[in-house]
Amino acid sequence: MNEDPLALLPELIVLFGAVTVLLFGSFLPRHRQWIARLVTAGVLLGSTVAAAVALAGPDRLIFDDTFAVDGLTATARLVGALSGLLVLGLMSEELHGDRRESEHYVLLLFTVLGAQVLAAGNDLSLLAIGYLLASVPLYALAGAARNSSGTEAALKTYLLGAFLGIAMLLGIVVLSGLVGGTSYALLADLPPSSGSAVAVGVVALLAGLAFKGGFVPGHFWVPDAAEGARTGAAALLTTVPKVGGLLATYRVLDAIPVEVVNWPLLVAVLAAVTMTLGNLAAFGQESVRRLLGWSSVSQAGYLLMAVAVAGRNELALPALALYLAAYSVTNLGAFAIPAALPAAVRLEHYKGLAHGRPWLALSLVVLLLGLVGTPPTAVFVGKFTVFAAALDGGFGWLVVVAAVNTVASLFYYLRWIAPAFERTGAAQAAPPAVRPIAAVSALAAAVASVVLGLAAGTVLALQPQLLG
Amino acid sequence: MLDLLVFLPVLVAVALLAVPGLSDQVSRIVLVAVTGVELAVSLGLWLAYEPRPGVTGDIAYERELQWIPTVDSGYHVGVDGLSLPMLLLTTGLFFCCALYAWREQLRPRIFAALLLFLETACLGVFASLDLILFFVFFDLSIVGMYFVIAGWGHGQAARSALKFFLYTFFGSLAMLVGFLALFAGSAPHTFDMVALAQNPPLQGRPVAGGFALLALGIGLAIKTPTVPFHTWLPPAHTDAPAVGSAVLAGVLLKMGTYGFVRIAMPMLPDAWRTWAVVAVVVGAVGVLYGALVALAQTDLKRMIAYTSVAHMGYVLLAVGAAGMLGGSDAEARTVAVSGAVTQMVSHGLVTGALFLLAGVLQDRAASYDLDAYGGLATTAPRFAGLFGLAAFASLALPGLSGFVAEFQVLAGSLGSAPVGVVVALLGLLVTAALFLVAMNRLLLGPPGRLTGKVRDLRPSELAAVVPLLSLSLFIGVLPRPLLDVIEPSARAVVDLVSR
Repeated sequence: MNEDPLALLPELIVLFGAVTVLLFGSFLPRHRQWIARLVTAGVLLGSTVAAAVALAGPDRLIFDDTFAVDGLTATARLVGALSGLLVLGLMSEELHGDRRESEHYVLLLFTVLGAQVLAAGNDLSLLAIGYLLASVPLYALAGAARNSSGTEAALKTYLLGAFLGIAMLLGIVVLSGLVGGTSYALLADLPPSSGSAVAVGVVALLAGLAFKGGFVPGHFWVPDAAEGARTGAAALLTTVPKVGGLLATYRVLDAIPVEVVNWPLLVAVLAAVTMTLGNLAAFGQESVRRLLGWSSVSQAGYLLMAVAVAGRNELALPALALYLAAYSVTNLGAFAIPAALPAAVRLEHYKGLAHGRPWLALSLVVLLLGLVGTPPTAVFVGKFTVFAAALDGGFGWLVVVAAVNTVASLFYYLRWIAPAFERTGAAQAAPPAVRPIAAVSALAAAVASVVLGLAAGTVLALQPQLLG
Repeated sequence: MLDLLVFLPVLVAVALLAVPGLSDQVSRIVLVAVTGVELAVSLGLWLAYEPRPGVTGDIAYERELQWIPTVDSGYHVGVDGLSLPMLLLTTGLFFCCALYAWREQLRPRIFAALLLFLETACLGVFASLDLILFFVFFDLSIVGMYFVIAGWGHGQAARSALKFFLYTFFGSLAMLVGFLALFAGSAPHTFDMVALAQNPPLQGRPVAGGFALLALGIGLAIKTPTVPFHTWLPPAHTDAPAVGSAVLAGVLLKMGTYGFVRIAMPMLPDAWRTWAVVAVVVGAVGVLYGALVALAQTDLKRMIAYTSVAHMGYVLLAVGAAGMLGGSDAEARTVAVSGAVTQMVSHGLVTGALFLLAGVLQDRAASYDLDAYGGLATTAPRFAGLFGLAAFASLALPGLSGFVAEFQVLAGSLGSAPVGVVVALLGLLVTAALFLVAMNRLLLGPPGRLTGKVRDLRPSELAAVVPLLSLSLFIGVLPRPLLDVIEPSARAVVDLVSR
């Protein structure tokens, strides 16, 4: 009844853009691939504008209530498309002249589309479709570098994705079998008497979402993909799927009554384990991209805190949305730094960066301290609103765990910052070669993370009516 | 004017970094000029200020703007009798540090920008009337100080800076958890300090209030620092540059003690009264322990660092005693709190001066070893005279600011915490002894191994140290102008705690 294709405009633009780039990219000569890049940028901008225009519309469910158009969807649309733009900025030089350049742009667009659909799905079957749509480009991007670590990353991602995807399908079958349908609205009627079956269904469902969101137990692929893929692809893989995965987790769990199964506690425990594991594993890393991979695992833990109090207080959803936006810009910016310095892959290569490249070093400080959650950056506001939501929802212990983890995380970020400001004896050495567009992307992300932090009140104030 | 006072330094800092090709000399001049303007502005605010209770309202130079209305947190700044002395101390100390840094040769432009950034962070902490805003500036001050130590320190600077950052960052997050508990316990939910002090959260909920105070207390105790959370302080001071040490001791440590008076006492009166005895014990032990450990040091900077622990102990003793209602009247408790605030000012001036003087030794002979010097009184008389004056001020000789502060603390605390006062008096004796010993080693006796290298103070160093000690002398002789500002607010805090 309520079929309105125009309401899907942001997604449709990305879909048709991806198909167009795929078709025409194959026929473009290698020195004219910039056209594909331009089209991709245009598509992402178009999707952003369409999503922004759609903000004015009312919240509603379309296509037989399978697809929600609301604040959650809007967050995925905007954050996904804008993240795609930033990724384009930091991957274009890396891919310049590569024979698979346009294919990367297609995969980028499909990743964004997958995240958008995943977050918007208001139906278990659409959740499954979104999962597949978001996963396939992931596998391809993880292995696109075609070296041994890339192959390993692709294999690991594929196996884990396939395995956890099947678990998720199992969960969907169990839950839909219990309520006799796939719509989220039906989940409210889950029978309290069959609590154990519901628990099995929820746990199996969460397995697949954990793969997308990059939290325990589906996190294993994240550090491998961060290191094995190309830098631009790694930035994308650690950011955009998380946006879709966590928003989808929020939406589906919010639909399941707490009385039937105590999922908040399960999510809280997963959050605590995820952030702790991610931080502990990041301690000893010497490769900057692997370090960022583990850091993104720990960030998923903090983000899950908001999911744990889904529906319990008014702050949870705005906090999650703000934190996702803040995390995306900061994490992409942090990846833009290794993207700008292709020769620097290990922490020791950053020694003395501040003398040769002061602005890049300053961006590094702002972005990494931003990831820690140092005010006044956006992640700080995201983090403290998430903490406030969790504390208000009765998870005081989780806030303490998260605070301790935040301190621990400072250590490994400082391991990266400190060498950059070391006084090297050989200061006369020429500053390292940089890729200018990626460097500008890093600086822009650093500025954006501070501006978003200072303007956070406006963003949050926008959300109550947005997320109502 | 208050906004200008807070944000002018950071704006200039950005300009210093952004303008290409600025010479070192210009950046030195800019640093001195801006810190001078800051001092003048804050003096203007002081002169125009009329003493008032503050804390729960009636705030001078107040401004409130929305920032994150969803959680009722905003840009809310203002000044009362607790914060005004801190603001003036901050601008004064930064001005003196700017003069001292005149001879800084290592990347002076970036150093100037960093100091100005740090000044904004410090002023912001004392001007904040919103918990999140307070936290923002509090954290930024840690970041700024990390780079000062790591970039311009000596010895194991990177290691000490890391320890400083991790330790105090842990403290700030503990504090943030406490803030969140205050937020969650308040109705309606708010981060506004004035609202929280007027309508304290978690009243009648001793367990939740106790945990909130525990989180806040750990956070503030690390920053202060008090025993047993002080272990980050000596290495940070030893390896920091002189200016960094002076700012760290003079201003950053005060953020911890200021937090007790501004946040913990007015906002958690129930919990504070219940657990005040802990503050008394920690304070009294800190005074004695800090003094004893300082006595055993052979490194001048470590020694001064431990005397800081002792001096902060007095503040803890006083604020604890102010929470123990039995055995004392409101007047005595007001004296104790007013003594605590005076002690913060006095310690900032005197210890700032001591660290700058210690920096002179590092500059001349690259050593803080007390045994390597001797007989400086004859070879460097100006240094010797000022060091002696600072030492006497630090051991609370009457006529100097330390006496005014510690006398008030002890007199005000005697009624409610007599044992604590006795222990602190012992500490006072040890402090006197340790400074006399230090003076004996440094200034008197035969020349030491490095005495020959110590040239007497240069004009820029003299200009940095003399004002700090003159002010200490002024407060010691004529304390009234300062106490007139502090006392109404101290009384307000005491009234709030005894609710």
